[in-house]
Amino acid sequence: MDLSALASQLLVGLSRAMILFIVSAGLSFVLGVLRVPNVFHGSLYMIGAFVAFTIAAWAGEPALGLALAIAAAPLVVALVGLVVERTLLSHLYQREHLMLILFTFGVMLILNDVVKLVWGADYRSILPPAALQGMASAFGLALPRYNALLLGAGPVVAVAMWLFTHRTRVGTIARAAAVDREMVGVLGIDVSRVFALAFVVGCYLAGLGGALVAPTTSISLGMDHTIIIEAFLIVTIGGLGNIWGALVGSLLFGVTQSVGLLVWPQFAVVFPYLATVIVLLARPTGLLRSVW
Amino acid sequence: MLEVEGLHARYGQSHVLFDVSLRVERGEVVCLLGRNGAGKSTTLKSIIGVVPPAAGRVRFKGEDVTGREPFLLARLGIGYVPDDRRIFADLTVAENLDIAARPAAGGEGWTRERVFGLFPVLREKLGHKGGHLSGGEQKMLALARALVGNPELLLLDEPLEGLAPLLVRALAGQILRLKAAGLTVLLAEQNVGAALGVADRAYVIDDGRIRYHGTVADLKANDEVRRRYLLV
Repeated sequence: MDLSALASQLLVGLSRAMILFIVSAGLSFVLGVLRVPNVFHGSLYMIGAFVAFTIAAWAGEPALGLALAIAAAPLVVALVGLVVERTLLSHLYQREHLMLILFTFGVMLILNDVVKLVWGADYRSILPPAALQGMASAFGLALPRYNALLLGAGPVVAVAMWLFTHRTRVGTIARAAAVDREMVGVLGIDVSRVFALAFVVGCYLAGLGGALVAPTTSISLGMDHTIIIEAFLIVTIGGLGNIWGALVGSLLFGVTQSVGLLVWPQFAVVFPYLATVIVLLARPTGLLRSVW
Repeated sequence: MLEVEGLHARYGQSHVLFDVSLRVERGEVVCLLGRNGAGKSTTLKSIIGVVPPAAGRVRFKGEDVTGREPFLLARLGIGYVPDDRRIFADLTVAENLDIAARPAAGGEGWTRERVFGLFPVLREKLGHKGGHLSGGEQKMLALARALVGNPELLLLDEPLEGLAPLLVRALAGQILRLKAAGLTVLLAEQNVGAALGVADRAYVIDDGRIRYHGTVADLKANDEVRRRYLLV
């Protein structure tokens, strides 16, 4: 096999992993701080993609459209998350996990129908601007230009999340609340508002993932199911609530998938799951430390 | 400053506090003495709202605050130091203090610097994770964390428990300094000797009921009460 083809395929895998990372970082953050396994996280990702499509189509001009879509679609998704959190979810934090899974699963079904009503069942797509079409090449490696952009987006999100949780007061409080929310309350902090913010941040990341993936895929109903299963697996193999764990898990998932495509295309889809099984057999609580 | 009247509390099915009444005047150090499981911790938790009272009244600064959420009580000026410290283990000492900081209502109050005057060791460990401190250091951090919130009333749950005798004496001295600085303290303790050394008045609790209350001098003279409720 050609080495540079393998390397290019690895890069494509890495760029796919960045989308997985952005989405699962949001899931993991919500899981860590609020202890809510948010099943409708995938629906938010799908809504992010559909909203991005609508914004891009409305803007017309591809470069402007894509920029607007990536800037605004995650905010729309964050708003959806805020409404669900304040009206429903905020009353359910004391419930056991099974109830929370059932609740968020219910919201997933509802959001799925909302998407069907608003956008219909057709496939949609966003055409990337000319500057981002075609292949970029560096060091003899070829990579679609848009994927090169994605490669940069992952680290930006990772650093931004680190700064948020370690360099802002509210982010620090969120880390404390992840471990002992009652004690945070005793310090005079309104934990409910911190939870709302943490949830909105998680939803924003789902929307951002959806908006970023939109130009590379056909936007359709059902993209919520695929991503939520992958994201939950990634969060589990990385360590619940651990953002760096989400990064490691995403890299493992994305790279095994793309290498699998190269070595055994018919069974490519199996490789990431196989890797998951191996990791969980060796380290049942995930590769990095879980906050649970 | 604090009046508790006829307080009852339950954990699920079990009734743990029965008709507990006590008061703490501004500027006093009052201790709540009792054996393990007598109801000291639950009394403090009911006052701060972590264990909501099943019946009874809690008044703070003349205002009925029964059943309010802990964060609102903290904002009114009640600080709480739990017996198991509950330091945020993943946060550094500096972060533990920063998220708890709340400016004083009047005057300069307790700043990080002023708290380091009481516990110099914390200054040297600012960048360390809370979980990496020794038990004694965590006790100090828990107290420091409550202080930077600038409470008017401090609820201390067994601050001396598990400390070496030398540290017990040092921390008892710090509690006296807090009193001198104008803080009101309700101190739940098993260490009768040390607690009576810092307190003005004492309540004795056993089986979830207040069995005795009086001045420290009275309690010291009352062998009967001490033998019945406090000897282990």
